[in-house]
Amino acid sequence: MGSFTLTHERPDCFYDRFERKSELQHQTHYCPGCGHGIVHKLLAEAIDGLGVQDRTILVSPVGCSVFGYYYFDVGNVQAAHGRAPAVATALKRSLPDKIVVAYQGDGDLGAIGTAEIVHAANRGEAITVIFVNNGIYGMTGGQMAPTTPLGKKTATTPFGRDALNEGYPLHICELLASLEAPVFLERVGLGNNKQIMGAAKVLRKAMENQVKGLGFSLVEVLSPCPTIWKMDPVEAQRFVREEMAAVFGIGNYRDRTATATPRPARPAPPKLEELPGILGLGNGDRDRLPCGETSAVDYRIRVAGFGGQGVLMLGEVLAEAGLDAGYHVSWLPSYGPEMRSGTSNCHVRLSSRPIDSPLVSQPNVLLALNEPSLHKFLPGVEPGGIVLYNGDAIPEGCGRGDVRMVALPFTRIADQIGVSKAANIVILGALLEATDLVENEQATAALHKLVKSPKWFDIDVQAMERGREEMRKTTMPVSDDYLWGV
Amino acid sequence: MNAQLTKGNEAIVKAAVLAGARGFYGYPITPASEIAEAAALYFPLAGGVFVQAESEVAAINMLYGGAAAGGRCMTASSGPGISLMQEGFSYLAGAELPCVIADIMRGGPGLGNIAPEQGDYNQIVKGGGHGNYRTLVLAPDSVQEMADLTTLAFDLAERYRNPAVVLADGFIGQMMEPVTFADPRPVAAPPEWAVTGTRESRHNLVSSIYLEPDKLEQHVRKLEAKYQEAERRETRVECWRTDDADVVLVGYGIVGRILKAVVEQARRHGMRVGLLRPITLYPFPVEEVRALSRRARAFAVVEMSTGQLRDDVRLALEGRRPVEFYSRVGGNAPSAEEVLAFVEAKFEALRESEVLVHG
Ligand SMILES: Cc1ncc(C[n+]2csc(CCOP(=O)(O)OP(=O)(O)O)c2C)c(N)n1
Ligand code: SF4
Repeated sequence: MGSFTLTHERPDCFYDRFERKSELQHQTHYCPGCGHGIVHKLLAEAIDGLGVQDRTILVSPVGCSVFGYYYFDVGNVQAAHGRAPAVATALKRSLPDKIVVAYQGDGDLGAIGTAEIVHAANRGEAITVIFVNNGIYGMTGGQMAPTTPLGKKTATTPFGRDALNEGYPLHICELLASLEAPVFLERVGLGNNKQIMGAAKVLRKAMENQVKGLGFSLVEVLSPCPTIWKMDPVEAQRFVREEMAAVFGIGNYRDRTATATPRPARPAPPKLEELPGILGLGNGDRDRLPCGETSAVDYRIRVAGFGGQGVLMLGEVLAEAGLDAGYHVSWLPSYGPEMRSGTSNCHVRLSSRPIDSPLVSQPNVLLALNEPSLHKFLPGVEPGGIVLYNGDAIPEGCGRGDVRMVALPFTRIADQIGVSKAANIVILGALLEATDLVENEQATAALHKLVKSPKWFDIDVQAMERGREEMRKTTMPVSDDYLWGV
Repeated sequence: MNAQLTKGNEAIVKAAVLAGARGFYGYPITPASEIAEAAALYFPLAGGVFVQAESEVAAINMLYGGAAAGGRCMTASSGPGISLMQEGFSYLAGAELPCVIADIMRGGPGLGNIAPEQGDYNQIVKGGGHGNYRTLVLAPDSVQEMADLTTLAFDLAERYRNPAVVLADGFIGQMMEPVTFADPRPVAAPPEWAVTGTRESRHNLVSSIYLEPDKLEQHVRKLEAKYQEAERRETRVECWRTDDADVVLVGYGIVGRILKAVVEQARRHGMRVGLLRPITLYPFPVEEVRALSRRARAFAVVEMSTGQLRDDVRLALEGRRPVEFYSRVGGNAPSAEEVLAFVEAKFEALRESEVLVHG
């Protein structure tokens, strides 16, 4: 096995003594002839050679190389089994000018972490991945790896790997080469000194790519595991050279280093005082009455109709206008399957006192934009409450003597101003006419805030006015003799 | 700054950015998706990172990387996604990495539905991952608290070097209320343990491995001591009209809001009812529950899960007082009226003989 040792000096980015190890701190925990030891050395030499020891962060996997941090005198993060590419992704995104290396075995990268490696590669994360393929699970004692050659007996393939039962060896470089983003993919071997010297160059290139700011680079290393394959180191090298390399072709699978452009630097972050503006906070707001300085009211409103009728938006306008008017407010939508099945409703509260429950089970205002909503919510309306229904007349059997009910064809009225979709705002106008919920000005300000297009804003203002007019024509008393449940 | 009408899910993101968070790693799931959507907009604008991960497994492990680099970062999900994240919770706690996870609970088990529920209580509060760890759990009951508790979650996560969870339900996530946001805080320098790829931080190691039993025991004891300190210092509750309460209702999140309405109505009906609303679910307000048991004759737990919170109330009471229980699940919320009927039926004997007239 003497032939493995190419250089005898310890690279700078190796610790002199492995103090994180509990014993035998002068030697590694790897078996004699293990490929991990060689790959560590090659990686260390690349880091030294590029002068990036201080900038490098090594993400170690779960597998025999879990203790990478015993040896590498660089920043170290140990990841969960298979997740190194995800961990490395966030490290690199957080620290774009650092050198982030994910080091993984074949079980780690090719089995449990398949999703993580494919997607990190597909996003073109500007990291370097060292993928040590020894065709077997070393750490757990010799179970089949996704890269175990067909026919090979392992602890979990006692009859030999059978394609019918275990599928075929997974070719990671080829798989990743089907993606657009990777910049560099190459498979190397540790089958003899020549291969090792070749591997050293490729590893260095994969690291250099990152130093240059290029995208995703991965080196797959066909690597001996004498212990598990029950071979002596020389035989294990032969296995790599002859049997592994026969299944996994050594060579380059992607090299776009000549054409790849470095990732653009992120723009400078905004100033601290710009943040509230960026988040849409506080810009151009009207001064408002402080909450609670209005007369005692407690509006518990339910708005309901078909999806697309602007039910949620109407609720939002009420809440915005209420906030402007100095009320405590809440707005709670129904969401999910209800939305999909075509109906929509929301709970709105405007109160002069802090709001306990934002859920309105007994509304004192019901705005029913369609008939099913009227059927559904009318029974819950509090005696004395107001019901505005979008229709020519209250449907048969829907009457309630103890609430104030008004039926108006709001959609048709909206049609008359040319936009049937504005029916929700026609109702808003009618409601404002029937109650003293909020001032016209506050409703208009709310619309101004929520309706971005000037054209729609004008239509809505018109719709609101029409709603008021129509309401004035009805016989419903608009007095405030009703005390809003306070 | 004026109060802004803000959606619960959006409040989390804005508060996080204002608190100096610059990393968001997420995967969409209703009813938490708006958090990822808002983060995708605001984090990059604030000079931060947003990555839509390939799964919640990847998202939580990205959080591990982002936290290891020493920045404030977060993710958000709901039931099924939180289940997938449990591996990461365990590693984050084991490696002592601070970060924030928002869980906007939906109906389960399995795919369940996307309507609000509180069924993630056990997997968040008790820890669904392996090993001896806890997460710090904050339970907002309003959109304002969605913002405030997100800020607090970042502070606590850092103080204890542990993941902190903002545990809310679909209602709080979806609803809009006025919010006054805190002033923006600058991004702090990374803590000295972080792995930042510098000469100074070169010897730093983020890991959860302790091969030798004695070392791991030492580590677990250290975590345990942190949790005990959190239990002493960080418990937060809201006690609402409990001073003279014969019956103490216990509920968190949206249920707490509903129970406030129940308290008012019950009192109008002549019953001295109060509310204890845990704001921290871990640490659980054990002392506060016990203190109220000195006067109250009974407790009633109301939750949108089948007794997950009740178990903690019982543990806190250690049999001192009876614990009644009412729940709705599957996406249904208990209405104030039905809870009131339950309270009246259970505690008829505690009603004052002379019913108070409406105030
Ligand atoms: C979630 C999880 N599942 C399983 C394991 C057990 N385990 C540890 S290492 C390993 C496979 C190691 O094989 P490989 O990645 O090829 O690395 P090697 O040891 O051969 O270098 C497994 C299955 C684990 N640690 N975590
Ligand atoms: S078991 Fe195999 S992979 Fe693991 S250290 Fe030994 S030789 Fe290396």
